[in-house]
Amino acid sequence: MAVIEQSINDLNNGGVDMELRETRRHMNRSDRAWRYFTIALLILMAFIMLMPFIWLVTSSLKSQVQIFQYPPEWIPNPVRFENYTNALTYKPFGLYLRNTMIIVTLNVIAVVFTSSFVAYGFARMRFWGRDFWFGVVIATLFLPYAIMIVPQFIMFSRLGWVDTFLPLTVPYFFGGGAFNIFLMRQFFRTIPEELADAARIDGCTEFGIYWRIMMPLSRPALITIGIFTFLSSWNDLLGPIIYLRSPENFTVAAGLASFRSIQDVSWDLQLAASTAMIVPVILLFFFAQRYFVKGIVMTGLKG
Amino acid sequence: MASQAQAQALPAQTGWKWWTNLPLARRRTITGYIFISPFMLGVLFWVVIPVLVNLYLTFHSWNLMSPPRFVGLANIETLFKDPILPYALKATFLYTVMSVPLGLALGFFLANLINTNIRGIAVFRTVFYLPSIVPAVANALLWAWMFNTEFGLINSFIRALGGSKIAWLQDPAWAMPAFVILSLWGSGASMIIFLAGLQGIPDIYYEAAEIDGAGRWAKMRHITLPMMSPIFFFNLVIGFINSFQVFVIGYLITDGGPQNSTLFLVLYIYRSAFQNLKMGYAAALSWLLFGILLVLSLIIFRYLGKRVYYENPGE
Repeated sequence: MAVIEQSINDLNNGGVDMELRETRRHMNRSDRAWRYFTIALLILMAFIMLMPFIWLVTSSLKSQVQIFQYPPEWIPNPVRFENYTNALTYKPFGLYLRNTMIIVTLNVIAVVFTSSFVAYGFARMRFWGRDFWFGVVIATLFLPYAIMIVPQFIMFSRLGWVDTFLPLTVPYFFGGGAFNIFLMRQFFRTIPEELADAARIDGCTEFGIYWRIMMPLSRPALITIGIFTFLSSWNDLLGPIIYLRSPENFTVAAGLASFRSIQDVSWDLQLAASTAMIVPVILLFFFAQRYFVKGIVMTGLKG
Repeated sequence: MASQAQAQALPAQTGWKWWTNLPLARRRTITGYIFISPFMLGVLFWVVIPVLVNLYLTFHSWNLMSPPRFVGLANIETLFKDPILPYALKATFLYTVMSVPLGLALGFFLANLINTNIRGIAVFRTVFYLPSIVPAVANALLWAWMFNTEFGLINSFIRALGGSKIAWLQDPAWAMPAFVILSLWGSGASMIIFLAGLQGIPDIYYEAAEIDGAGRWAKMRHITLPMMSPIFFFNLVIGFINSFQVFVIGYLITDGGPQNSTLFLVLYIYRSAFQNLKMGYAAALSWLLFGILLVLSLIIFRYLGKRVYYENPGE
């Protein structure tokens, strides 16, 4: 873990933005050959990694006839943008988007505020039993979500919450997950205690310090956990297919998944809808790149 | 509640005395527990109670319609007699054993490629990373199309190179390799972690090694790999826990088929609970998953954990 923390510090100092180290010494011939070899490999790998994306987008613009053609052609002809309007009206994706945004927004708010609140207690307060409870945080990190599937379903159905958004949102309001608590605690510990002491002398309560000093100073970390909460809620399939029953409550992920179970939905529409679901994620990435890099290194995130 | 009381009491300075009269340590303890109370309630609601419910379910037979019936150890016995369960275990183990090491290798390889100072390297980093944030559902549909036997991109490459087409998603022998290839596309996340690790290795180590005449391979073998061992360990643990709970690709692409070759354990739990309506048996399966994960984690920590090199032990 020490090394991971070191890496986080490097990142915070602008390390991985990788404005790369200067070449230390003159390159000899072997170094130069190695460099060209590296560049060739980079281009080859980039080509392989991009291929599925390009294939997805071009396929999503093809006509039915051209999609089922061998050998396949890369360029769609004619280019059918109608696939997108057809796909997104085949099922009420506007409604699904609204549902998803309600769930995602609630979860982001829940995680940002409750995980930081709990983390402040662990990072800055000294009290009897603190280390025990922090041990519990770490232990729940290792708890597989899969063993909670059945019992949580039983609980939520007893509460009458099935087919509402409650099972997909309410649990986030209780500390927002061990990962986020851990992450915020680590971040709070990097903020100088003198700031809080100064506020205490001025009569500020601990809640005031949390709210007026720590929160404003923690924006980068809060944005990072917010983004990753957005991604995991946006991408989640298991939760929605277990808890959401009526089609008008579906999320985008559940709606797209339901394309699969209908045999007569053609590939052009499935692929157009898939592309449409990926686009917001990629846009988010481009607007918030640096938070992503921080987040992955801090959490070791999952795809 | 406390903050409300505080807001009302503070201006008048009355009714607040009981608080200021408390010893500082006591006040801190109370405040501390107020801060962590959401988490404590969360553990109670979403961990302790579910675990107890799961324990109850394990000894009962329940189809959600009629009331639960106590069956003793019958669900546990079923674990040993169930003809489907070996498929689920085999699929989960196979996927983990293939996708985790290959994913680590690819992530490390990409990180080394990216750790080069050429112009435009950020573009490559983005290209390698993006696949790992593609939503799981879209990812599944995309790869179902990539592996399509007649019109998929993978088979058209194979045929263009003179091979014969493979029934990736219909042939029980090929479905799992297809899923492993799919998982490798998402190696970008572990790449970023490796990259951060690579950049944390001080230059002086390499410089010292060069003075001693070390070549590229020797530097990799004697500096990079030992220095990166904690990162390998970290990525291994994360990768192992995630791959053991894989669900979406099996559910969407193959629905557990062909011939149960991709019936992952979590998918089987989902099926037992929500399609076969055997809540008790699904609970027993969850314990099995938990037990396997626990034992394997202990083995990983016990045997690999101590081989990890830490530069500053105890930090």
